Amino acid sequence: MTKYAYYPGCSGLGTSQEYDSSTRAVCRALGVELVDIPDWSCCGSTPAHTVDHLLSSALAARNLALAENLDATALITPCPSCLTNLKVAVHRMSDREFRLQVNKLLDKPVDRSTPVKSVLQVLAEDVGPDAVAEMLPNKPLAGLKLAPYYGCIMNRPPEVMQFDDHENPMAMDKLMAALGAEVLPFPLKVECCGASYGVARKDIVAKLSGKLLEAAEDLGAHAVVTACPLCQMNLDLRQGQAGASAGRKFQMPVFYYTQLLGLALGVPQSKLGLSKLCVNPRLALDAMHAAQAEQREREAKSEADKQTLKAKAA
Amino acid sequence: MKIGVFICHCGSNIGGTVDAAKVAEAARAFPDVVFTSDTMYACSEPGQDGIIQAIKDHQLDGVVVSSCTPRMHEPTFRRTVERAGLNRFMFEMANIREHVSWIGKDKEANTNKAVELTGIAVEKLRQDQPLFAKQFDINKRVMIIGGGVAGIQAALDCADGDREVVLVERESTIGGKMAKLDKTFPTVDCSSCILGPKMVDVAQHPKIQLYAMSEVEEIGGYVGNFEVKIKRKAPYVNWELCTGCGLCMEKCPSKKSKDRFNEQVGTTTAINIPFPQAIPKKAVIDPEFCIKLTKGKCGICAKVCPTKAIVFDQQEEIVSESVGAIVAATGYDLFDISKYGEYGGGRLPDVITGMQYERLLSASGPTGGHVKRPSDGKEPKTIVFVQCVGSRDKSVDRPYCSGFCCMYTAKQAILTKDHIPDSTSYVFYMDIRAPGKMYDEFTRRAMEEYGTQYVRGRVSMIYPKGDKLLVRGADTLMGTQVEVEADLVVLAAGAEAAVGAPHLAEKLRISYDKYGFFMESHPKLRPVETNTAGVYLAGACQGPKDIPASVAQGSAAAAKVLALFAKDKLENDPMISSVDIKRCVGCGKCVQVCPFGAIKEVDFRGEPKAEVIETVCQGCGLCTATCPQGAIQLSHFTDNQILAEVNALCQL
Repeated sequence: MTKYAYYPGCSGLGTSQEYDSSTRAVCRALGVELVDIPDWSCCGSTPAHTVDHLLSSALAARNLALAENLDATALITPCPSCLTNLKVAVHRMSDREFRLQVNKLLDKPVDRSTPVKSVLQVLAEDVGPDAVAEMLPNKPLAGLKLAPYYGCIMNRPPEVMQFDDHENPMAMDKLMAALGAEVLPFPLKVECCGASYGVARKDIVAKLSGKLLEAAEDLGAHAVVTACPLCQMNLDLRQGQAGASAGRKFQMPVFYYTQLLGLALGVPQSKLGLSKLCVNPRLALDAMHAAQAEQREREAKSEADKQTLKAKAA
Repeated sequence: MKIGVFICHCGSNIGGTVDAAKVAEAARAFPDVVFTSDTMYACSEPGQDGIIQAIKDHQLDGVVVSSCTPRMHEPTFRRTVERAGLNRFMFEMANIREHVSWIGKDKEANTNKAVELTGIAVEKLRQDQPLFAKQFDINKRVMIIGGGVAGIQAALDCADGDREVVLVERESTIGGKMAKLDKTFPTVDCSSCILGPKMVDVAQHPKIQLYAMSEVEEIGGYVGNFEVKIKRKAPYVNWELCTGCGLCMEKCPSKKSKDRFNEQVGTTTAINIPFPQAIPKKAVIDPEFCIKLTKGKCGICAKVCPTKAIVFDQQEEIVSESVGAIVAATGYDLFDISKYGEYGGGRLPDVITGMQYERLLSASGPTGGHVKRPSDGKEPKTIVFVQCVGSRDKSVDRPYCSGFCCMYTAKQAILTKDHIPDSTSYVFYMDIRAPGKMYDEFTRRAMEEYGTQYVRGRVSMIYPKGDKLLVRGADTLMGTQVEVEADLVVLAAGAEAAVGAPHLAEKLRISYDKYGFFMESHPKLRPVETNTAGVYLAGACQGPKDIPASVAQGSAAAAKVLALFAKDKLENDPMISSVDIKRCVGCGKCVQVCPFGAIKEVDFRGEPKAEVIETVCQGCGLCTATCPQGAIQLSHFTDNQILAEVNALCQL
């Protein structure tokens, strides 16, 4: 089993507990060993990197240095924002001068360069949708229509993130398709949801997230599936505000992709934290079950027709 | 030996930071130097006359000029000493401009360095030997590779100059990209009406032999005497018998073949004549889609063909041609628009390239000249043109401007209004680049008379919204975001080097740039020549070019070929390698490193020895650096000469 140093990020302990717990459960089910980085600290996210690149990178680098002791293949995190900061720090430290300055600020300097990846990248590349599909021959999520939404920073800037197509990523699409879900060609996969403007200018978030939900609903999606705690929060928690901005009422469940993976893999509900979602996920799951029932009925009917034809022929 | 040294001021270029008089004074102390002077412009007529006079007055055996780069004036001064009766190789040049005066401001240091470089040149000259060129015969046939408008022009001009022309075209018809265009800017005249007659001239010209559906396989030889192997691909049709009647196309049941001529807007039949004006107008079977060739059954074309021209078991063949010069006119290809994931090219059917739009506009295109969008065949009312897709963008490794997209986009906007009067066109642009004759006036017409909405800014993404495409971009003049709901989006795909261009360049032994465009000999002064003698360039294979520029280059390349063929004998450059057979151990290393295939292994009394083919050797010197025995020497750059230079430098 490949071992990964796991960095949950601050939201994993707070607003996106269900993302963290479902990630851990899914990784266990798929044979991905996670080792928590002991005494991990802030990744150097928005408040830090808007003020000082050096201090922000030092915050990230502290975690990189701690991960070195774990002898892991890579440092992985579910949160795209943490991912960006960790990866940008590594990228900046490829400059020798900058690396020296960062290391001066650290008790334990960064020696090696541990690869930093998203959990999504590991599940998409190291495990792979084919392996997932093989585990699930019954296609448990058949009939569920999903709008895959990656958010703006999972794949960008491409020279730093180096994962998937930065304008039309497909990693989550393929994983969800492996579960049997019907993945819709969602055109706004990498659009901005408004991000942390939710605090300062919620009108911006309402407008941008409204556009996303509108596009998903117009495509006929049962749910949006995301890989980012902030995107999930804006689309889910602020769905009422987004609806007011768009002039329509949304009822669009917004899942983490790990929750759907867990659901398909039979992970206990308690680990998936579906009850923590604001928009009732039952709406999407009921639609899925209805579609599955309908499909079964269709199949039964065509089977019966065949039998009748056979009998007639006999 | 008596040597004269001339130090050039080059106005203030050298004189500003080098004390030329002092250099001349110092040079007097060098061995064998009997005369020195400093002169304002050595290359000017009085400057050259001064050199000639000094040679005569002082019975000089050789001359050193310390001035600019030898790339600039070495040939000038060689001719000067020759006029004074010396051998042209009894001349050396020291570059005290690019290597000294232009790169340093310290006059004393510069003067010292100029003295040293002059001293080196003197030492080299002391070892120089008179060299004499050899003459050889020249084959006065020319091969043109590529039958687009540049190649057609070059072929016709050479043929009109009474030279035999071999024209090789990869596709089944000549015409190239221009044949696909509907109208041409800035005159909006019909492309096939102006190109068609030229294509017919090619077919009918007694001096032109056309190999269509053929590719250059191998090129050997040298200027004046190239041997070219041409691969004639199998069209599965005997072209001697095919009359181009088109009956086979009417009856062919395989109608889903790739329509390459129509840029894959729609499909065509497996047996096909690409367009009505094709030259040669002969049918070709696409083996990928022919039912007979893939499944073994069908053969309807063979049944209906009135001349029994179909040959399902036809094989490709190799033919050889001997020519004295080659013109590469292989054109360009279009940038792959699917590289911009955010524009959806390749994913969204109604996001198309400018070339595909040409086919939709063309009366002989798949829609008969009615603009219908690919997804549902509806006539689009709002059309968005996006410029610079694959041009001026470092992120896709295409930092260069393709040059013609601004113009063809303006033309397409004008034509759109003609075709669909109640339509609105938007053009997203970075800058309008329209520097040709009547070009800027043309783009203004698109804006002012045809009401095209020009928006200065990039498009950030294109995505489907209902049955429309939402085009989102920036208007940088207004400083706002803009969104346009379009029915059709046309991406002005930039130009890139033709597929396989680097491969051909290697066969031709010419250089190409990092994008695959062929390198000219000098970007300003030798635009259609290459650094390989006898190989010339025409058209967009050298860099993106519009039709007038391509035609001009076609004619220019032809003029170069005709000038070459005006001589009955060619002279080789005597600065080539030769083998000291006593020292050569036959290891063959030189044969391996020679980039020109100019060294062959010969048998000398039972032992292998290297031998230089004098007419092929380009004098690059790789072999001399490689030879472990010092057996192969490059005339005018012998080991002894280089060591003498190093010695001089160490002792000065």
